[in-house]
Amino acid sequence: MTTTLSAPTTRPSESIVRRRGRKVGSSPVSTAILLIGAAYCLLPVLWVLIASSKSGTELFSTFTFAPSSHLFDNIADLTAYRGGLFWRWMANTALYAGVGGVLSTVVSAAAGYGLAKYSFSGKQSIFNVLLAGVLVPSVVLAVPQYLLLAKLGLTNTYWAVLLPSIISPYGIYLARIYAAAAVPDDVVEAARTDGAGDFRIFRSIASPLMAPGLVTVFLFQFVAIWNNFLLPYIMLGNDKLFPLTVGLSGLLNQGAAQPSLYTSVITGSLLSILPLLALFLTLQRYWKVDLAAGAVKS
Amino acid sequence: MKISSSTRRRSTAPYLFIAPAVLLFGAFLALPIGYAVYLSLRTVKVRGLGLGKGSREQVWAGLSNYSKAVTDPDFAASVLRVAAYGVLVVPAMLGLALLFALLLDTPRARARRFSRLAIFLPYAVPAVISSLLWGFLYLPSVSPLYFVSDRLGWDLPNALSSGSVIYSVANIAVWGGVGFNMVVIYTALKAIPTDIYEAAKLDGCSELAIAWRIKVPVVLPSLIMTFVFSLIATLQVFAEPVTLRPLTNTISSTWTPLMKVYRDAFTRDDLNSAAATSVIIAVATFVLSFGFLRLVQNRAFSQEN
Repeated sequence: MTTTLSAPTTRPSESIVRRRGRKVGSSPVSTAILLIGAAYCLLPVLWVLIASSKSGTELFSTFTFAPSSHLFDNIADLTAYRGGLFWRWMANTALYAGVGGVLSTVVSAAAGYGLAKYSFSGKQSIFNVLLAGVLVPSVVLAVPQYLLLAKLGLTNTYWAVLLPSIISPYGIYLARIYAAAAVPDDVVEAARTDGAGDFRIFRSIASPLMAPGLVTVFLFQFVAIWNNFLLPYIMLGNDKLFPLTVGLSGLLNQGAAQPSLYTSVITGSLLSILPLLALFLTLQRYWKVDLAAGAVKS
Repeated sequence: MKISSSTRRRSTAPYLFIAPAVLLFGAFLALPIGYAVYLSLRTVKVRGLGLGKGSREQVWAGLSNYSKAVTDPDFAASVLRVAAYGVLVVPAMLGLALLFALLLDTPRARARRFSRLAIFLPYAVPAVISSLLWGFLYLPSVSPLYFVSDRLGWDLPNALSSGSVIYSVANIAVWGGVGFNMVVIYTALKAIPTDIYEAAKLDGCSELAIAWRIKVPVVLPSLIMTFVFSLIATLQVFAEPVTLRPLTNTISSTWTPLMKVYRDAFTRDDLNSAAATSVIIAVATFVLSFGFLRLVQNRAFSQEN
């Protein structure tokens, strides 16, 4: 860091840091370590990109990083697999993650707002219990959740995966922090004086103020559901309801006996990560929103 | 943070706001936990051949499911394996995450935007898919790693052999988790006002000393939080070994405690044992996480009221 600039009271923006960086010169060692880390993280993604362009025989016979020209054949093969089952998995995953993510965000936002902006009896104990939920391993829930939903006749339906995904203790925790930080008391008070009801204030005033934080809650939950394996693996028996994770895992299992399926597994893996990569690149800035807001405060 | 608590004390609004969360929490967290505990204390008694109506009934088992679980050699082996796996994954993942976050925070490093994005990217890849990809990279016949080491005349051990499979699974977890933890730590670093660094510089502190003496202590709460989350995730490792199983015969069906729970519940139809094992894992998670949080005086998860 340079001493020629006067000390700012807040963190300078990225561009200022970069400009200052140029003045002090670069550190090749730091850059090299970062680039090695980047290469390590990109390696499997680069591999799947190239491997999915190869035919089944090329996969095991040509140099790994030599691309081929069979990508569209492979996609056609994958699409032909059991009448487009793969695309159904893709649509299911989008449904679970999209609908689950939205519902989870709404529930978390309301709870977070209620906990941050009101005082009522039992508030602290409710919050503590909800927070303890963050620490509950999904393993302890999986078996009894399955049994309870089986009693209701809901296993092997979309509900079995959707319903348990809506409650997110971590989402509530984040929403509470965003509500406390982004919704000023006097704004709420002013709206109340003007005669707005509690729900109107939440919907029209608090929610927009919390929006950037809520996008993070949504993304967090969307990714968590998209990545989930254990819950759908346990709940679903009908492969038409599978999300991508369970579907592709099963396909790999079959591939062990039938290696021609390997190219489909690889192509399917590539296609399954593309939507999330796109989501990441477009919504990148929201990941800068304080993911660990609460932890930083103390 | 309280809105005219005196006048609104009797309002039902806050309860309505939290009602959906509380109801869902009760239905999908509290109730299943209670049910698991109940199941773990029961057992199925079989009369005769176990055929026909009324020949199987649930009876109280006391703690027998627990003693059965604790003394099961498969369970002990899976616990030891996961402990070793955790010792590999957590320090490596958090150490790398901290290192990368500190480097990203150094203006002297180049290619920071690109690296941040690249290192965060694996977070977008589901554990099943990353296990799939790494699984192929571990196969000598398709892996570029083996191709290169072959040309160099090195003799790489088989990544999926019984001796090295734990490192291979650990690598997948580190790969998948380092970016997310890096962003959490980096975000915490961004919150530090820069004038602290300026002052330290004037006092003659080097970049390294600033990192070690100022930055690391300031991001300690974030590190604690990421540590607890990593610990919980470690105890639940499931997707990675289950996905790798078709590619190797070195991963048993009880390779991790969670896999044992799955096998007991769904392959052996022994729900009571599965429930007892789940409860043990849950209690262990709670004791470890809370114990650790206590140890560090609740610095993470602090609340603002």
